Order: sequence, then C-alpha cells, then structure tokens
Amino acid sequence: MSHTVRKLFIDFEKEEQWLNDMAAKGLALTEYSWARYVFEESGKGEYIYRIELLEDGIKGAKSVEYLQFMEEAGVERVIMNKGPAAHNKWVIFRRKASEGPFTIYSDTDSKIKHYRRIHRLWMSVALMEFIIGFMNVGLVALDYIGIVSNINLVMGLLLIILGAAFLLFSVPVHQKIKKLQSDKLIRE
Amino acid sequence: MTEGVYYILLSLFTPMHGYGIMQNVKLLSNQRVDLGAGTLYGALGTLVERGWIEPLQGIQDSRKKEYKITQEGILAVQSELTRLDELLSNGRKLLGGESE
Repeated sequence: MSHTVRKLFIDFEKEEQWLNDMAAKGLALTEYSWARYVFEESGKGEYIYRIELLEDGIKGAKSVEYLQFMEEAGVERVIMNKGPAAHNKWVIFRRKASEGPFTIYSDTDSKIKHYRRIHRLWMSVALMEFIIGFMNVGLVALDYIGIVSNINLVMGLLLIILGAAFLLFSVPVHQKIKKLQSDKLIRE
Repeated sequence: MTEGVYYILLSLFTPMHGYGIMQNVKLLSNQRVDLGAGTLYGALGTLVERGWIEPLQGIQDSRKKEYKITQEGILAVQSELTRLDELLSNGRKLLGGESE
C-alpha cells in the first residue's frame, strides 16, 4: 500500500533526516514531485536516503555519467514524478542499508563544494525574485496614466519578500561552509 | 594528499572500477575510511586530469570504467610516503620512545 505525504522542505538535510526516519518506520520513498512524497511499505530501515544538488541538470552530459557511476555503486535514484524534471538538479538517492553506511560526500572539500552549489542556488533565486519584484514595483511607481494595475504592486512586493526569504535560507548554508573551512585548517 | 586520495592511488596499482575502489579502501583501512560515492567520483576526475591515474581502454561494451595508476601517480605516492615517514619519525622521536 502506498502513502502520500505533502510536505515542503528548504533544508535538504532536514528532508534527508525525515526520509530516513520514515524508512526506519518501514516507509520507503519510491517517488516524489514538488512537495509531494509517495512511500511504499518496506522492511524497517531497509534503505538509507541521501539528497544531492547536482552540478548539472539530470539530463546534462555530466550528470548522465555521474548517475551511471552511482548506479554501478549500487545506488538507486528515486523517480521524480512530473514537474520540470528535465531541468531539476536535486536528486534523491537511496541504497540498501545492508550494503553498509551510505554517504555521498565523505571529505571536507567535497562537502564544501556541495554546500557552495546550494548557496549559489539560493542566492541566484533571491536575486531573480528581487529583480522581477523591483521591476513590478517600479512599473507602478513610473505609471502616470494608470494602465498598470495594483496587481503589479502586490506581485512585486510578494516577490521581494520571497527574495528576502531565500536570502535568509542561504545564511545557514553559508555558516556550514565557514565551519567546514575552519575544520580544514586543523585537519589537513 | 588526503587519505582518500592516498588510498585510491594505492588501490589502483591493480586496475579497478569505482565500486571496487570503495570496497578496497574500506578493506585497506579496516572499515575506517568509507569513501562517499560523490567524493570518489570527484577525486577520480581530478586524478585523471592530473595524469596520476588513467581510465583503462578495455572492452568497449563494458559499461564499468576501470582505472589504473600512471607512472606520475606512482611518483606522487612515493613522495607522499617520504612526507608521511618524516611526520611519523618526528612524532615517534618525541612520543614513541617514552611509551616503550
């Protein structure tokens, strides 16, 4: 029997933790789309889940080679149902827990690189929201004749708030990068 | 050199594919070093770029890519050994004698 859960995460590590908690209870994620997760019943703790932001879209040449490599390492990719899957860079992997602990990044450098990709993503989303947001507000401010409706003002303000939210999301990621960088000073 | 890279290079004295390297590094380190698949993938790319390892031109339809250490890679391992020797002997000079 499958169970569908609607939930939205910003922090991929919290999402990962939640998926692993569900797996521990015997509910294994089998497919997902935006904010929607489908679980199938499985053995308790049968799978370990990991989430990664790829450098390239799933169908990009770099990713195809990488995903092939993961497959050879016994790693399965959970299907992304619907949505702009072709351009999506977020992937959910899983591997049987019987194969031992499953991590994607095991050293400081590669962890930093991964967090940087996420940081860059949130920053560019924020920037885009700001640009479109301020353009909308600007249109209203410059409009003497009154063709531009208040919808633009509301839209603009909402986008600016959204941009600020993404800027906020990037802060903890930045802190994790800083922390890892200081670890590196001691460890290497 | 990170311990991961060091153990990857040691593994590749025998040609191996990705999954084999992960298993071998675990074995060599008594389960201590568990290379993440993403970390290994990135390291293999960097090492090929540097010319320390090379993909084996094996059977075309074999989908699993195998790698092998190059002469340059062997030199890199040798100079790493010299460095590690120095680290070890300096540490032992200070601590090793006392504990025996």
